[in-house]
Amino acid sequence: MGKGKAGVTSAAGTAPEKKTTSKTPGGSEKAFRTELLRQMLLIRRFEEKSAQMYGLRKIGGFCHLYIGQEAVAVGAVAALDLKDDYVLTAYRDHGHALACGMDPKAMMAELYGRQAGCSRGKGGSMHMFDVDKHMLGGNGIVGAHIPVATGVALKIKYKKENGVVLCFFGDGAIHQGSFHESLNLAKIWNLPIVYICENNQYGMGTDFRRVSSVTDFSKMGLSYDIPGSQMDGMDVLKVHAAVKEAADRARKEHQPSFIEAVTYRYKGHSMSDPATYRTKEELGEYKSQDPILILKAQMLKSKQLNNEEFDKIDAGCKRIGNEAVQFAEDSPQPAIEMLYEDVVV
Amino acid sequence: MAEQVLMLALSPTMEEGTIVTWHKKEGDSVAQSDIICEVETDKATMEYEAVNEGTLLKILVAEGGKAKVGEPIAVVGEPGEDISGMLKEAEQKAEPAAQAPGASEPAASPESAALQVEAAPAAGPTGAAVTTPSAPQVPAGQLKASPLARKMATEHSIDMRVLRGSGPAGRIVKRDIEKALRQVASYGPAAAVGVQGPIAPAFIPSAAGPTASGKDERIPVSGIRKIIAQRLAESKFSAPHYYLRIDVDAGEMMAARQRLNARLPKDPAGKVSPNAFLIKFVSETLKKYPVVNSSWQTDEILRFGKIDIALAVAQEDGLITPVVRGCGSKGIVQIDRELKNLIDKVRSNKLTPEEYSGATFTISSLGTSGILEFTAIINPPGSAILAVGRIHKAPVVGDDGTIGVRSQMMLTLSCDHRVIDGAVGAAFLSDLKAFIEYPIDLLY
Amino acid sequence: MPVIAFRQALKDAMDEEMARDQNVILMGEEVAQYNGAYKVSQGLLDKYGPERIIDTPITEEGFTGVGIGAALVGLRPIVEWMTVNFSAQAFDQVLNNAAKMLYMSGGQLKVPIVFRGPNGPAEYLASQHSQSFQAFYSHIPGIKVVAPSTPHDAKGMLKSAIRDDNPVIFLEGEMMYAWKGEVPDEEYLIPLGKAEVKRTGEEVTLISFSRSMQMVLEAAEVLEKEGYSAEVLDLRSLRPLDEEAVFASVVKTNRCVIIDNDWPMASFGSYLGWLISKNCFDSLDAPVELVAMEDVPMPYNHTLELAVQPSMEKIVTAAKRVMYV
Repeated sequence: MGKGKAGVTSAAGTAPEKKTTSKTPGGSEKAFRTELLRQMLLIRRFEEKSAQMYGLRKIGGFCHLYIGQEAVAVGAVAALDLKDDYVLTAYRDHGHALACGMDPKAMMAELYGRQAGCSRGKGGSMHMFDVDKHMLGGNGIVGAHIPVATGVALKIKYKKENGVVLCFFGDGAIHQGSFHESLNLAKIWNLPIVYICENNQYGMGTDFRRVSSVTDFSKMGLSYDIPGSQMDGMDVLKVHAAVKEAADRARKEHQPSFIEAVTYRYKGHSMSDPATYRTKEELGEYKSQDPILILKAQMLKSKQLNNEEFDKIDAGCKRIGNEAVQFAEDSPQPAIEMLYEDVVV
Repeated sequence: MAEQVLMLALSPTMEEGTIVTWHKKEGDSVAQSDIICEVETDKATMEYEAVNEGTLLKILVAEGGKAKVGEPIAVVGEPGEDISGMLKEAEQKAEPAAQAPGASEPAASPESAALQVEAAPAAGPTGAAVTTPSAPQVPAGQLKASPLARKMATEHSIDMRVLRGSGPAGRIVKRDIEKALRQVASYGPAAAVGVQGPIAPAFIPSAAGPTASGKDERIPVSGIRKIIAQRLAESKFSAPHYYLRIDVDAGEMMAARQRLNARLPKDPAGKVSPNAFLIKFVSETLKKYPVVNSSWQTDEILRFGKIDIALAVAQEDGLITPVVRGCGSKGIVQIDRELKNLIDKVRSNKLTPEEYSGATFTISSLGTSGILEFTAIINPPGSAILAVGRIHKAPVVGDDGTIGVRSQMMLTLSCDHRVIDGAVGAAFLSDLKAFIEYPIDLLY
Repeated sequence: MPVIAFRQALKDAMDEEMARDQNVILMGEEVAQYNGAYKVSQGLLDKYGPERIIDTPITEEGFTGVGIGAALVGLRPIVEWMTVNFSAQAFDQVLNNAAKMLYMSGGQLKVPIVFRGPNGPAEYLASQHSQSFQAFYSHIPGIKVVAPSTPHDAKGMLKSAIRDDNPVIFLEGEMMYAWKGEVPDEEYLIPLGKAEVKRTGEEVTLISFSRSMQMVLEAAEVLEKEGYSAEVLDLRSLRPLDEEAVFASVVKTNRCVIIDNDWPMASFGSYLGWLISKNCFDSLDAPVELVAMEDVPMPYNHTLELAVQPSMEKIVTAAKRVMYV
């Protein structure tokens, strides 16, 4: 099967093409879209800063950047109210953390392994957590958090709460037993959860088409009688609309949903991956439909934004990135005594 | 973590000590080996070296006050540490310590140092290795020793209670036993200066008289000296010794030695010594009399499977008994080379305990000191020791009634009667004489 | 003698065995087109083709079990776990299938399979990616567990592992792949279950395996400079364990420090410590020391993660502690 735009154009299932309304209380559509744009820009600038600091050896280990996929986390989380709702994701978690409103300073300090980091320097890139923001990580083992997210949904149902769980994972995780076991459980127990497969098309260096029996993952949801859709993950408004619909269903009917957001990562799997398994042309094609550019163009067209405003937002995001780095630099190393803290309560 | 400083036995017989002077006052910092106070024992005033480190938080026994061995005299810890619990505990501990085990074996013992809790290693990365932070304290009075040290002590009949352990919290370890063995050997059971080497400088009389002051001096008996005393007494008083003496013509042996040495003129190892000949003759005789190569083990007699013969050798600080192993299967030259190698190690202080212990038979010679004959004390675990006198020219009446001048040597065999009956001992000695006088008999 | 990297030694071993035996196949995540996440299988796809060098989806339990099934009926698969951390996902397959088939079938079914990959901490990888599995696997009767420390041993032992009729867990180390060492041109095998004395000494025995060997040898050097003689034993194989070599050394030196970069509780090192104290009791002059990881999950912060693990300094300190110096 060909590469390039594969999957991006399809909108099988129930995802509406263009029906985006602001859910921000009292906010206008312009304000809502500006906020989406700002969040995507923040992720972009934060990740660029992370890459830079990684290069300066301020950050080490596995560092999986989210650049290119911003529309998925931002559009999806914008459909949530994190007072009641929860987010769980895998190791490529910076974007989701920022979309959940986590403090960029605490995140950068975490990447630095510093005491002021959101996980006190113990978690690093793959393990961003903020319980107050209902962001429950940041899991390093492929697919291992999918049952855990399902368990969070069980609690919502048990407590008769109004919340919903968004569970993000990649195309690599979808073949793990934990995914399939979770979908079955969510269905038989009617749990309020939305499974979002961010299909960035490569499980590390493996093109998903080489290792998957189907290329439309929504079929996997259907095999558990869970409604599923495959949709354009580069368009933040489309993502938002699809997730909002699924989340509403979860809240009202306590029914799980499955969404495959077709997207693309611009960088390698991790910092050490040269990504030679794909062509420059393919990368260029996706960059031409960059999620930030798409939204920017839409807003310019509808006069919800001008270039000056965009530049101002962008400058603000860059400043936040710089401040985060400064904050991390100034944060002390964790004390050696902290080693034995948090092992058991 | 605060620790109690306990009264230690600073003399082997001390049961109680009086604090003469405190060299540290409360609040002073204390490092290991600092003299913290002077203690008057039953014998002398001794310096008390700190084994604890930290700050002297509390003096429990003031100057002039007494404390029994094992009782706390002070508390050392971190400044500002709460030690009220420990002080209460200290009061209670004073009681049982007073009734330390073995009234006749005065509560002596550095092992009460075991009461001092080892500072628990901080859990966490500062500790080099993972260590159980809460290792249980060894109960007071219980000996602390490594398994190896215990085994070695048993093998060499060393009473560990009199040793001061150099390991953590007074644990007795291999090197402590080795040290004790060296010193035991120095004053070894043969109680004699060996055939080799100079007389130890310590034995050279001083011009000033027996003591420097001219008055009586009391020299504290070290724990090691005490072991020696115990071992000698144990051997002498528990093994019923009897002695057999025989006059031997050493002429043929010396002639054989001369012939052998003439054949080995350029051997860098030097001339073969008479001792190598003696060891060979003894080992051949032992083959015929395995009962002489045995050990009394209370419920049984251990007949050794090998012939390991020790020779008493002088060294600077006394005497040691290197053992030539497996003599039964070795020739004279090999025995001589091994013996020389062992003696070299004695000279350079490198002899290991394995090399000077466990002899099945011992030879002691005072020939170079001019002694014609003497009796030696059996060196356990063996059951016999051969005392060799000086080879000297003497008139001898031959079988034919004529008098000739011969090279004579007096041999005295000390036997443990529990193992070796008189007739057996006599037969052994008689055969040994025959071997020495007619070496060719070895081949028959 | 040629000097090659650890990863090359592993690749050469697989290459030679695949050339020798058609039944040998390699499967795992990224082993084929990507040439291995750590480039251990570099070039093998080109040489042997996709039928024998098989890329799998990220389905550890699945492909581990598939390997076992193929082994039951005559193939000799090598299953690469991208890291042994991920084998936790496949643990049931190893524990309940690979290790049990021979026994449960009364000797009818053999499972000639090798599971290999990097074990233990690398750097900056935090709790889920920096774990040691030697205790988990060496706990299980029915499998062999080996952990070489040099390219030479890696090659000779991997070849033996591939030819072994039992399941073999072959533990490597991410930080070790670039280590270089002499490996002869001619073919050789190293039997599984034989330790090697890397350095003779008199006063203390340092026992370790795999990546820790490097710092253990450094520690022995440092001790020598300070006048102490340390014997260094590389176990190479944890199961079967060369008990004879261990006991001989400890009986000689009377003191022992075990270095096991794993949590201390119920670990391989603690088991070894028990074996030694049981069998060498009367020869021990000090308690057996275990230099292990701190008993905590691995933190991300680099200073902390180094503090968690054994180090040359910790080994020297432990050796001195058992020598009472």
